[in-house]
Amino acid sequence: MSAVASATAAPDQAPTRRLQTHRVILVLVALALIGMAIAFGRWDWLPRYGPRLWSGLLMTLAMLAGSACLGFLLAVPLGLVQVTGPVWLKVPAQAFCTVIRGTPLLLQLWLLYYGLGSLFPSIPEIRTSFLWPYLREAWPYGLAALTISFAAYEGEVMRGAFAGVPAGELQAARAFGMSRGQTLRRIWLPRALHRALPTLSGETVLQLKSTPLVATITVVDLYGVISRVRQETYLVYEPLLLLAAIYMILTAILVLVFRFFENRIPTRGH
Amino acid sequence: MKKHLLGTICLSVVLGLAATAAQAEQVKLGIAAEPYPPFTSPDASGNWQGWEIDFAKAVCEEAELDCVVTPVAWDGIIPALTSNKIDMIVGSMSITPERQQTIDFSDKYYNTPTIVIGAKDLEFEATPEGLSDKTLGVQVATIHQVYANKHFAPAGATIREYQTQDEANNDLAAGRLDAVQADSIALKAFLKTEAGQACCEEKGVVAADVEVLGPGVGIGLRKGDTELKEKLNAAIKEVRANGTYAEISKKYFDFDPWGN
Amino acid sequence: MIDWSLLALDPPGWGGVLLQGLFATLQIAIGGYLLGAVIGIFGALGKLYGGPVTRDLMEVYTTIVRAVPELILILILYYAGTDLLNQLLGLVGWGPVDISGLAAGIFVIGVVQGAYSTEVIRGAIKAIPPGQLEAARAFGFSPATVLRRITIPAMLPYAIPGLANLWLIATKDTALLAVVGFSELTLVTRQAAGTTKSYMLFFLAAGALYLAVTLISNAVIGMVERRSRRGFARPG
Repeated sequence: MSAVASATAAPDQAPTRRLQTHRVILVLVALALIGMAIAFGRWDWLPRYGPRLWSGLLMTLAMLAGSACLGFLLAVPLGLVQVTGPVWLKVPAQAFCTVIRGTPLLLQLWLLYYGLGSLFPSIPEIRTSFLWPYLREAWPYGLAALTISFAAYEGEVMRGAFAGVPAGELQAARAFGMSRGQTLRRIWLPRALHRALPTLSGETVLQLKSTPLVATITVVDLYGVISRVRQETYLVYEPLLLLAAIYMILTAILVLVFRFFENRIPTRGH
Repeated sequence: MKKHLLGTICLSVVLGLAATAAQAEQVKLGIAAEPYPPFTSPDASGNWQGWEIDFAKAVCEEAELDCVVTPVAWDGIIPALTSNKIDMIVGSMSITPERQQTIDFSDKYYNTPTIVIGAKDLEFEATPEGLSDKTLGVQVATIHQVYANKHFAPAGATIREYQTQDEANNDLAAGRLDAVQADSIALKAFLKTEAGQACCEEKGVVAADVEVLGPGVGIGLRKGDTELKEKLNAAIKEVRANGTYAEISKKYFDFDPWGN
Repeated sequence: MIDWSLLALDPPGWGGVLLQGLFATLQIAIGGYLLGAVIGIFGALGKLYGGPVTRDLMEVYTTIVRAVPELILILILYYAGTDLLNQLLGLVGWGPVDISGLAAGIFVIGVVQGAYSTEVIRGAIKAIPPGQLEAARAFGFSPATVLRRITIPAMLPYAIPGLANLWLIATKDTALLAVVGFSELTLVTRQAAGTTKSYMLFFLAAGALYLAVTLISNAVIGMVERRSRRGFARPG
């Protein structure tokens, strides 16, 4: 995953960023293609679905933000125990990462929603608990599956990040008389987070690209709304092309936001 | 050997595409790739069976067509037809004016009322008022989705849309839905299963809306495929007349699904 | 409580159907992966040595594929790709061809994989000490010979970790074809689960199969990596 993540992060800066003749022509060709798509495609449905597309977009973003934040919070302990934890924590954490990274997210999602969900009616305690109104909805399952997946991939990254902090720095902290907890809090964790930050951008883009899967369990995200458009208008391409364009814009915004933050965090030395 | 690796890969990919392109003249009979008993469902040997499969085979035989059952995702079955991935849809698809703008249909080959089923511990009727505070499950890209959004959603019902009917039924049994709307034959088959008996009962037939619900189920065809359409229409008529239709139906139902 | 006989290999057990699904998954993963590798080699060469237009087009291709969710790419390519091919063939006068689900699946996974392969292979080629390529050219090797004899063999050790990762992604991306109704492992699992109502059992069984593929692949990848690293200085 890390290879893909780094590949997603940022293309090499071309040596020249001047506006070259061929590039102008390519841009014109692209504009012509877009123009043709607008002129010859059917887009009259767009205003009708505007509000729904907006709420779908919000759902997609909520899924992305929620699962990335929760997943990252889980990933830190997952990575830490794999490096330094006792065996009874290390082995389950490794197994968790291997299993989640070794099976398709779609399958995990369906296992959670249709598999676990179909077991609930046989347990009356769950149906009478305060959680039931949430368990009836689809989004908690989608959020859970996305969170678990993000935690497993990012947990692997955090493991590498924790292991990669130079031992000398930790020894120095101990030599200053810091306790294990203080070393972790003041030195190890911040240094590991710093090392893991560059991969976060790529992993988050991958996570964004995973979110449309939640539409298969009745969560109405951006993809779900577009599916609805496809079914109601019987258009094959236009809605999908619009969707692809929206995701490209979202990816671009994500990459830019992360680049902005990365530039603000000073990196020296290593 | 190693240096030919690249060439070999290229060649095998091209050959693979060519080989699959070689067989033509078969009619691809598109069905929804999901269990929809008793019409179509997969069995443990990987084949598809059910009333609709038997019926389609009889029609193909009558029309002397070499039909190949091709499962595709239901929510993409019309795009699959218009982009030539399949040649006809035999998927319990109702003939509606909305769909007729995009595809063509054969004559109808069965017709069933649309009903709503719901949890036993809830008392309600299949009316906009009855469903106003309920969560109703429908399958995407069906007349039921259109109907529920037109009649029940404005009254306050929450509509949940599933990719397959089977998953909607499953969620009803799991208590995550209050009600499900679909064809009566499919839903009554579900009510007879163990899970269906335990949880649910019929709540009633929905009010008529021919504009949405259509006059029955037909074989979906590409527009302009008139030759195939005529062949199929003749075959449906013949299968109905010569008793094959009744014979197939007897295997699955204790009534005549032809409807009126 | 759990009816294990549902997993028996012969009907009425569904084990045979699951294995058929696994076979279809592997076929698509292998085909798509190889197609992706071929696209990747040409893509990388195009990006490194191609003219400015080729370079920009390759950049557009890899950027789009990496920015748009695989699910959506698969839907677009699955419907549009084969449709366009048929229209092109129609223009040439070959008439419509029948593109099987398998070929379409391989094509779709291959195009997606190709973008990532391009990046991996481009990085690997850039890691080849330039002296090796210069020496080959100095000996009068034609560009094609340089590619075959030097570039591809020399970049492989650098590319293997990335390519291995892509293989694991390919096996999992095939699951997305379930959404277009292709009968690979995930879809047949969903069908078996729906028909028998044993959702947990079948999803867990399919998960075990995917995991087995990953673990076996990891073992093989480890062996290949060790072999390809012979003669390299040990890191650290």
